[in-house]
Amino acid sequence: MTHGNGTRGIFGSAIKRREDPKLITGRAKYTDDLQLPGMAYAAILRSPFAHARIRHIDTSQALALEGVLAVFTAQDVEEAGIPGVVPVGWLLPTLKTPAHPILAKDRVRYVGDAVAVVVAEDRYTAHDALEAIQVDYEPLAAVADVRQAVEPGAPAVHEEAPDNVAFTWEIGDREGTDTAFQQAAHVAKLDIVNNRLIPNAMEPRAALADFDPATGELTLYMTTQNPHIHRLLMSLASIGLPEHKIRVVAPEVGGGFGSKIHHYVDEAIVSFASMKLGRPVKWTATRTETYQTDAHGRDHVTTAEMAIDGEGKILGVRVNTYAAMGAYLSTFAPAVPTYLYGTLLSGEYDIPHIYCHVTGVFTHTTPVDAYRGAGRPEATLVIERLVDECAHLAGMDPVELRRRNFVPPDKFPYQTQVALVYDSGNYEAALEKALEKVDYQQFRREQEEARRQGRYLGIGFSTYIEACGLAPSALVGQLGAQAGQWESAVVRVHPTGKVTVYSGSSGHGQGHETTFAQIVAAELGVPYEDVEIVEGDTEAIPHGWGTYGSRSAAVGGSAIATAARRVVDKAKKIAAHLLEAAEEDIVFEDGKFYVKGSPDQAKTLAEVSLQAYLAHNLPKGLEPALEATAFYDPANFVFPFGTHVAIVEVDPETGQVELKRYVAVDDVGNVINPLIVDGQIHGGIAQGVGQALYEGAVYDESGNLVTGTMLDYAVPKAHFLPAFETDRTVTPCPHNPLGVKGVGEAGTIASTAAVVNAVVDALRPFGVTHLNPPVTAEKVWKAIHGA
Amino acid sequence: MIPPKFDYHRPTSVQEAVQLLQSSPEAKVLAGGHSLIPLMKLRLAAPAAVIDIGRIPDLRGIQALDSGELRIGACTTHHEIATSQAVQRAAPLLAEAAAQIGDRQVRYRGTIGGNLAHADPASDLPAVVVALNATLQAEGPQGSRSIPAAEFFVDLMTTTLQPGEILTQIRVPALGQGTGSCYLKFEHPASGYALCGAAAIVSLNPDGSCAQARLCFNGVSARPVDAAAVAQALVGSDLSDGAIDAAVEDHLRVPDPVGDIHASASYRQELAKALGKRALKAARDRARG
Ligand SMILES: Cc1cc2nc3c(=O)[nH]c(=O)nc-3n(C[C@H](O)[C@H](O)[C@H](O)COP(=O)(O)OP(=O)(O)OC[C@H]3O[C@@H](n4cnc5c(N)ncnc54)[C@H](O)[C@@H]3O)c2cc1C
Repeated sequence: MTHGNGTRGIFGSAIKRREDPKLITGRAKYTDDLQLPGMAYAAILRSPFAHARIRHIDTSQALALEGVLAVFTAQDVEEAGIPGVVPVGWLLPTLKTPAHPILAKDRVRYVGDAVAVVVAEDRYTAHDALEAIQVDYEPLAAVADVRQAVEPGAPAVHEEAPDNVAFTWEIGDREGTDTAFQQAAHVAKLDIVNNRLIPNAMEPRAALADFDPATGELTLYMTTQNPHIHRLLMSLASIGLPEHKIRVVAPEVGGGFGSKIHHYVDEAIVSFASMKLGRPVKWTATRTETYQTDAHGRDHVTTAEMAIDGEGKILGVRVNTYAAMGAYLSTFAPAVPTYLYGTLLSGEYDIPHIYCHVTGVFTHTTPVDAYRGAGRPEATLVIERLVDECAHLAGMDPVELRRRNFVPPDKFPYQTQVALVYDSGNYEAALEKALEKVDYQQFRREQEEARRQGRYLGIGFSTYIEACGLAPSALVGQLGAQAGQWESAVVRVHPTGKVTVYSGSSGHGQGHETTFAQIVAAELGVPYEDVEIVEGDTEAIPHGWGTYGSRSAAVGGSAIATAARRVVDKAKKIAAHLLEAAEEDIVFEDGKFYVKGSPDQAKTLAEVSLQAYLAHNLPKGLEPALEATAFYDPANFVFPFGTHVAIVEVDPETGQVELKRYVAVDDVGNVINPLIVDGQIHGGIAQGVGQALYEGAVYDESGNLVTGTMLDYAVPKAHFLPAFETDRTVTPCPHNPLGVKGVGEAGTIASTAAVVNAVVDALRPFGVTHLNPPVTAEKVWKAIHGA
Repeated sequence: MIPPKFDYHRPTSVQEAVQLLQSSPEAKVLAGGHSLIPLMKLRLAAPAAVIDIGRIPDLRGIQALDSGELRIGACTTHHEIATSQAVQRAAPLLAEAAAQIGDRQVRYRGTIGGNLAHADPASDLPAVVVALNATLQAEGPQGSRSIPAAEFFVDLMTTTLQPGEILTQIRVPALGQGTGSCYLKFEHPASGYALCGAAAIVSLNPDGSCAQARLCFNGVSARPVDAAAVAQALVGSDLSDGAIDAAVEDHLRVPDPVGDIHASASYRQELAKALGKRALKAARDRARG
């Protein structure tokens, strides 16, 4: 499949991640590890109220503390005359876009809203000084719950949206769907909550701003998944420096799950502070700040219906969702419950009528934005729960109902009723493989037997699809994106034949240094060790859109492959010239060029590259050096899919759910590195299980985040999880050069629904038809005991 | 997660520690630091000084007397207790509970004295020392005194320890022959602390009937709950599953059950019932050998 027919087997090989030694020995350098001469430390004062008017801020006592260099408030930002806001990067026709100032002006809108910044000689002094700032707040009524926020009379988060409606949005065919429901033999109707989640990247967010007054240049080291987006938004909306005077660098980044895509006030605040003081200023979030200010995920309340006929064929799906935006619109927030959610409501099924209506709602809470899966786990939970409920109503096996409704393999490309065109798929193959692995019929017998003994086992399926690698740019632009969705790559072969690759992707734990080097080694036929990957620096890399939405392999990897192939094309010309042959007669194999039939007279890529740089003897008109740049804009999304199966046992006395087995059969197209794919699937499953059983941000009536620490917010631990059993089918993507799809989010997208379905299956004898995640032990106990 | 400034003292004897504590009333004793330091980092506690008693040799170690009684220094770690053969012999209930605390790091740092003095109702050791009829030794400016475990815990994070007093030793009588015990906990999925922890002890008469029983709970109330009525109902019974179930169903009362966002008061009582029955049955099976 690889063009250069290079180092055989490196593409697809389960080699260990080359980045791990530095990560696990603590030698990797994260933003907080960086020390610059003259560096000062910032701490940010945050609102303790979900909603309050700021009457007055007195910073004098803080300023008087020894070691405090400055305290800035909104007034300072205003006086500096910079734009001073963070913008929203995805627009919808009805969207209200109230300003989000980098420091709150006269009003705070969530617990954690930034009010002032202290800059001091050390972190301790900076944090002591926070306590010395006196803010006179007038607390106001707040609303944290998405449904309560749209009730008449609810306190308004923004004057621009008195009813708290940030937008309304719809997709599909309303009337056709209503008509289809009239033909139904059964209609399943569920009220489904997609619980609010806190991302919990291992590394807290951090930013180190270094403004040089002599050159007028700002270097911003920060925890980012997309340095160029940050540079763009910083320039346009936050601090007003021209784009070419800003350099954004992502040092090692310790996980993001989406939370480090977004442009936050914090990096703008430290940049402002550095510009004011002419000194480098560093800020690192405490874990408490991480919980309060990293954009949260999910938080949907949905009424969902599915209609089926007497044979179990799905006739229509009708969905009405209220999606929390939080207090301000985070960078890509409006896209998540719309284009990444409504468009996924066809699942793997051939559904003739779909209608989805979404209301985006402001609440006095932490902003909500993309979190691993972003919209697609929410859609999968809705669809997969409905399918199970329909099967229950029809008295059918849930597997059989799924089979009857799959888009069949001969129907691709398949146009759904919600805009997407699925380019490829073979859903039944993945399902069959999963059924075989769990031994489904045997399980049902065991379940029967167990029930007789008073033990409650359950099995849950999630036959999921996802759309990732958002594309093409022209389409996403029509949908409201204020960003392109292509990716850049530079492949540079050095005179010695060693290779450096510059990618616009920006990994933060995924293993790009390994997989991207595998791609290039395969394309160029050079040893894997000879390839170096550079990411995460706006000064080194042509424009890049970064890493999120499972796009790095499909879009970033395709850009790299395209550039590598251009390198080979040029090298071929030079080789032909050196071998005194026609270009068409040159064969490229295992990193060597030779004339067809004379493999012993070969030129290696290194030999060709040296000549390319010496430029003593190049074909006429050919430029020296050996490198190529690609800007790859994909033709379509990619569509990973698969079947996940969870088996649980419920303890009827305590309500405790034990996840006993978890089988995942995923189709992510061609696999660059099976070890890394498995790792991504494992992590994704764990996070989806977290949503299903443990995680859930809780706000009290006054808008306080009561799950504000790791003592209260349950992230799944290793001992909660069984050994995952993973397998694959391979349906290559038909439209990109590598045939790859995405794998970063698949596990999360699939697993929540599988686990919730399993718990409901276990509880069928008690007449339970639905439970909303997180399905805690108490919830289960109450469901069993009718309490 | 940045604590305010504080002074740090590291006394080398109990006497010195008591003196330091007396001379700076705003000070806090530091043992393993696994409860105190997080509170300081969250700025929920801001002691002017910290008196680190972790390196006082007298406060560390486990001694088994000829009588079988255990004498455990307050700064002995959970790991040392969980893995001590002396504890496993004389009071396996304590070893079993200590082994369920937190994770490995926590067990290597956290101490029994800190755990009890902190009196977090969701901790694993309070109900266990009550069930074992342990005695806590305290040392203060007025000298030393002994406090029965049952009288030590007053309320949420509150004990009968007086300001200026340091907990020095925990004395645990050995369980007799024909006795079995069991500690079971229902973990809070976030913290790992006990939403409910049940400590059960059962002693058999030669005929296999119940001579004595104890059933105490962590996590369900602001202080450890001694379900004496359940134990009373079991004495003389045949300890069949039915007898245990009935004793728990009919006699378990949780006074002032606590409820919060993690578990309601009514659910905690149900957990207590379920875990209480299981712990008693396991203790019975172990007593039978
Ligand atoms: C992540 C994590 C998980 C945990 N999980 C559990 C769990 O599952 N179950 C459980 O029971 N515990 C758990 N703990 C608590 C831990 O096991 C310790 O028992 C607890 O932190 C107290 O012991 P310490 O030695 O650390 O005390 P410190 O934190 O040093 O002190 C705690 C308090 O007791 C006082 N104090 C300490 N020693 C004495 C003394 N000798 N005399 C008088 N006062 C004293 C201190 O002044 C302070 O107020 C966990 C802790 C952490 C950090």
